[in-house]
Amino acid sequence: MTVAPAAEDQSLAMPLHRTLGLTDGELEAIQDRLGRPPNDVELAMFSVMWSEHCSYKSSKPLLRTLPTAGAGVVAGPGENAGVISIGDGLAVAFKIESHNHPSAVEPYQGAATGVGGILRDIFTMGARPIAVLDALRFGDPSDARTRHLVDGVVRGVGGYGNCVGVPTVGGELVFDPSYTGNPLVNVMAIGLLEERLLTLAQAPGPGNLVVLFGSATGRDGIGGASVLASATFTHDDPSKRPSVQVGDPFAEKLLIEVSLELIGRGLVEGLQDLGAGGITCATSETADRSGTGMLVDLDAVPRREPDMAPFEILISESQERMLAVIKPDQEAAVREVCRRWGLPCAVIGRVTADHDIRVIVGGLAEDPAADGGLVPGPKSVEVARVPAQALTSDAIVHQRIATAPTRVRSAPAPGASAEPTERLPERGMDPGAVLVALLGSANLSSRRQVFEQYDSTVQVNTVTGPGRGAAVLRVKGTTKGLVASTDANAAVGAFDPWLGAALSVAEATRNVSITGARPLGVTNCLNFGDPTRPEAFWQLSEAVRGLADACRALGLPVTGGNVSLYNESPTGAILPTPEIGVVGLIEDSAYLVGPAFVEDGDAILLVGEAGPGLAGSDYARLGGVAVEDDLPSIDLEAERRLQAWIREAAARGLVASAQDISGGGLAVALAECAMWSGLGARVRLGVSHSPAVDLFGESPTRLVVTTRPRHAPALELLARQFGLPTALLGSVGGERLVMELAGAGATGAAEERGSRVADPIDVPIAQLLQAWDHGLGRALGWGSPASASGDR
Amino acid sequence: MSVRIGVVVFPGSNCDRDTMHALGLAGAEPVELWHEAADLQGAAGVILPGGFAYGDYVRAGVIARFSPVMRSIADFAADGGLVLGICNGFQVLAEAGLVPGALLRNRELRFLGRDVHIAIEQPGTPFTHRAGPRRPLRMPIAHGEGCYYADPALLDELEAQGQVLFRYVRADGSAAGESDDPANPNGSLRAIAGVINAAGNVAGLMPHPERASEAVLGSDDGFGIIASFVASAAERAGTPATVAAGLR
Repeated sequence: MTVAPAAEDQSLAMPLHRTLGLTDGELEAIQDRLGRPPNDVELAMFSVMWSEHCSYKSSKPLLRTLPTAGAGVVAGPGENAGVISIGDGLAVAFKIESHNHPSAVEPYQGAATGVGGILRDIFTMGARPIAVLDALRFGDPSDARTRHLVDGVVRGVGGYGNCVGVPTVGGELVFDPSYTGNPLVNVMAIGLLEERLLTLAQAPGPGNLVVLFGSATGRDGIGGASVLASATFTHDDPSKRPSVQVGDPFAEKLLIEVSLELIGRGLVEGLQDLGAGGITCATSETADRSGTGMLVDLDAVPRREPDMAPFEILISESQERMLAVIKPDQEAAVREVCRRWGLPCAVIGRVTADHDIRVIVGGLAEDPAADGGLVPGPKSVEVARVPAQALTSDAIVHQRIATAPTRVRSAPAPGASAEPTERLPERGMDPGAVLVALLGSANLSSRRQVFEQYDSTVQVNTVTGPGRGAAVLRVKGTTKGLVASTDANAAVGAFDPWLGAALSVAEATRNVSITGARPLGVTNCLNFGDPTRPEAFWQLSEAVRGLADACRALGLPVTGGNVSLYNESPTGAILPTPEIGVVGLIEDSAYLVGPAFVEDGDAILLVGEAGPGLAGSDYARLGGVAVEDDLPSIDLEAERRLQAWIREAAARGLVASAQDISGGGLAVALAECAMWSGLGARVRLGVSHSPAVDLFGESPTRLVVTTRPRHAPALELLARQFGLPTALLGSVGGERLVMELAGAGATGAAEERGSRVADPIDVPIAQLLQAWDHGLGRALGWGSPASASGDR
Repeated sequence: MSVRIGVVVFPGSNCDRDTMHALGLAGAEPVELWHEAADLQGAAGVILPGGFAYGDYVRAGVIARFSPVMRSIADFAADGGLVLGICNGFQVLAEAGLVPGALLRNRELRFLGRDVHIAIEQPGTPFTHRAGPRRPLRMPIAHGEGCYYADPALLDELEAQGQVLFRYVRADGSAAGESDDPANPNGSLRAIAGVINAAGNVAGLMPHPERASEAVLGSDDGFGIIASFVASAAERAGTPATVAAGLR
């Protein structure tokens, strides 16, 4: 029998298990579990199931340290998605997952199937997908290949999401040279379900039938998990292209409707989508979860291509397929639902009382004596028999070595010069010019030209779509609203992965809390390098520690996620990128708070204190950073109080608008409040560090909050009760953003003129918008946006 | 007894639920019309919703027009029944020849999803008579093939016959140009966003009034179009009272 296609284009001299990506040690471990050498088909099954992508063999020991318990958690890690109750018999399902390597090889299909895959994780559990957020990271935007990847990935996300009718309501688009050879495509999906309909990926009840429905099985995506997701590779490698799956959003739309109809009518005992690992993964995972086994006949699998070898059928990653476990007497009803929606459907086997995944070819036969009535037919041949456990819960686990790098924390920020630059405001540059430059920079400018390629309003739930902080969705038939955000701080994580992860959790949850919503839980996508490199594994373990510490401090469960390793290319490893997805709940949407200014005359408060540390900031990326500059620090307990305070203040109706201070610092935060409302502001800022730090520093746990003047005292009193410092900065009004610096700490060009006050920022909103609207198009060579921000 | 409005569901329709939701707000009784079924279930009016019917393979709407339900809808329309196509539904009606013209790929050759403003050019039709005082209506578009096209002679005829139902305009209500004007998002000829047939009972538009029917979603400018359709259908079915109740 021929085995992996890899064998054809790689060294035939190499032993099969190595061509399949298994080490000699892993082969021995497989033999230990089987008590015999695996045959070629079984080896192919193990190669996929023991891949990093499917087995988490490097990260499992770390992930066990994450907090997973929390109020209302209905399903946590290990299931297809996390599920948390939101009351009234409803629950929200959510998860984020990566599709990095496929997108590097074939950006459109890689991104499209990334969306399709995460959507299946959601509706497999009985939830209707209601939103997608996509967190994208690319290399230098002026690089031709980056532009090709951005265009393909954006078209792929839109091409799939728009067609299936799930709105893309948020996400990120970040550029950093470290992603040049290895872009990140992380997609988060959110679904809504009736709790009573929660469906798990299980295979209970020996005798129950195993049904495969959806698209036919082809050779696309053979070994995708092992070949692409689990090894470092050089981009544009044509030998990898056959491993990229091809998506069909129309089939996915039908798959959604069929799956939800089957679940709604109580026709399935268990349901599992086919993703990485295909039939091998779906059969072994469901059986292992239920302590059962499965008898599967490959001849019964609907195929797209002739002459497919058994191993190809077993590990194919053809998209838009589902595996259902049903009671025998429901077969006719299930077939009728599939026929009505025009999807192929086939009984490919049955659940067995033993614990083996038993694969045959040659057909099944009826035998009333056997439980379930299906047995191997007279002409059948057994091609594989493996304990389900050995492929999944008992897969190999590696204890990797973690070694901290010798690099000092005060090294320059990524992409920034180490030279104390002449361009820092305290050395005489006009701070207003710095602000305009930041707003027009590739990472802080408007994302409109990207998200306008997505349908963000289908399903009529979108209260706040992309481009305005966290996304907000109403829950029909209730007063409830769901709020979602994704964030990752990779620039700081490059120096201190613990801090990068903690900051990522803090920012994502803060973005949810400032709307007045209570974060429910955290999903995460850990994008890191080669775990066999001690420094890369140290980054991963430190980031997981930061994730765990931050979630514990904020009292949040981690309900699931995904680990993407080997994100390296000839140009080096990516910045360690812990992408964090958060979903929050607001009980009464009438109390929602937005980031934009609301009314002339409103008082502007700064809540929280600026800390030193420009390293890793957008300001540092733009203007360079002094070598003595350190990273910002975070007090997780203060972060918890800040978020509790803003939720309480919002619930009391004291808050007109609330914006968190992150990329670009206070100046950019105020500029966004102004641009998004068309209302200017005049503020006077007491300088506590240096103008650069106070204006553009990104130290966390700070908010810009506006309120009716009469509410300001109550708001400040409440802040004191939560142990939070506040400063009254000024008021909303006019058509310009004016920021004056004052106080002993104030320095600047003006200082040389004998003044104690630095040059003020004084910029018309129109000029801020001009820079912000056109920055991305200029960076990517796309030209001007087809519409202006004023339109929305 | 509220008026029954049929909403066609093709495989790939993805705005059918949204449309039924908006119809409910307007006090109608929405009923699903499955693409394989010829029976319109006594609906007093029919809406073809947005989406990607049959995946929009080949060309948007080109396959959907041959479905059994479309044959019944053609007969229904021929008898004067009210039919409204929204987005993909408009594309299907155009492919089926039930409304004049064709929808081509957007000028930018990219899918475009954002808010636009449209003006009602014919206030007196069954689709617009309850839309209130004349003003630019803000509602979302979400399509890749929404560039309205017809040859110059037909365009002149449509203008003369009053068959241009909706036109893209700027936020201040001023006319949008045909090209290089963001207010005309897809480059539609004469900035046409929606048309009506000569008989005045079948209409289509690219923007999504059902997505702009509640203030919580940022605009309820589209509700007048949904409400007009429901009211007109109810009058023909002889049950106007309950519809008024649905209006706010």
